[in-house]
Amino acid sequence: MSINTAREGHSYPPIEYQVGREEIREFATAVKAEHRAHHSEEAAAQLGHHDLIAPPTFAVVIAQRAEAAAVTDPEAGIDFSRVVHAEERFTHHAPITAGETLTAATTLDRIRVMGAGAMVTTITEITTKHDAAPRATVTSTLLVRGDDEEEG
Amino acid sequence: MNDDLQVRRPAPLQPAERQAGSPRRWDQLHKGQVIGTRTIELSRADLIRYAAASGDHNPIHWNQRFAQEVGLEGVIAHGMLTMGAAVGLVTHWAGDPAKVTDYQTRFSKPVPVPDAAHGSPEAPTATLEITGKVGKLDEENRTARIDLTVELVDGDERSKVLTKCQAVVALS
Repeated sequence: MSINTAREGHSYPPIEYQVGREEIREFATAVKAEHRAHHSEEAAAQLGHHDLIAPPTFAVVIAQRAEAAAVTDPEAGIDFSRVVHAEERFTHHAPITAGETLTAATTLDRIRVMGAGAMVTTITEITTKHDAAPRATVTSTLLVRGDDEEEG
Repeated sequence: MNDDLQVRRPAPLQPAERQAGSPRRWDQLHKGQVIGTRTIELSRADLIRYAAASGDHNPIHWNQRFAQEVGLEGVIAHGMLTMGAAVGLVTHWAGDPAKVTDYQTRFSKPVPVPDAAHGSPEAPTATLEITGKVGKLDEENRTARIDLTVELVDGDERSKVLTKCQAVVALS
């Protein structure tokens, strides 16, 4: 399987994600995020949020479901067994809040061939389903190691 | 149920984090200012918890044999667990997690999390130290860029596991 740079710019169908309180609490506990706004509705309300808000990196849970379409796209030719996570960026437009139904759509933004390997960047836009209000832009860069590359 | 096997609660917040609550004011900050430090300890059980919460079940984060077969020394933490744990320092300092408007990093070095040699699998086997500093103040947008140093501490040895780890915080 070899990487296909002609797939650059391709957009994949959006996925849907229902944000639940228990998912936010479970994720916050897993990343040791103790801020009360992730755990207590009252604490979130005191800050002006209408329900629990997600920790800054929770968006990865949603983004990775959308990115799967790009990573497994036969036309793109990414060998997932050789993938290493290189970079991640979250730009938050408004907090992801419990109770929201979101959609996430991934674009294969850039494929940069480096020797036998490649750096693959996807951009995922997360918006609310009912009025397309922006929530987060997630930029993820994967390093696909080449076959003849020396193992570090 | 054995007490040792119950969910490990995070260590209590250190003083710099405890000041959270009131929104951060623009005029009280200067470049280079340390906003706080935090120590995060990771156990093999923490990796299982993150796998479950995130849906990232890659076996390099829980199966020693598989990790070694793909060329690692052993099981490593999810990069996103390290990234997610590090930003807690910033959300507490900001007072409201929603004030963190941008957060990015590069993953430069793996964080090995060996199985505890004996006792509870909840026993931490890796220690991360996180320090946050004001890296840049943007007067026009009223934001502060917090630069995070995230180091794996092993005895006297320290190594940076994240690079260009930066969070942008909206200020009042």
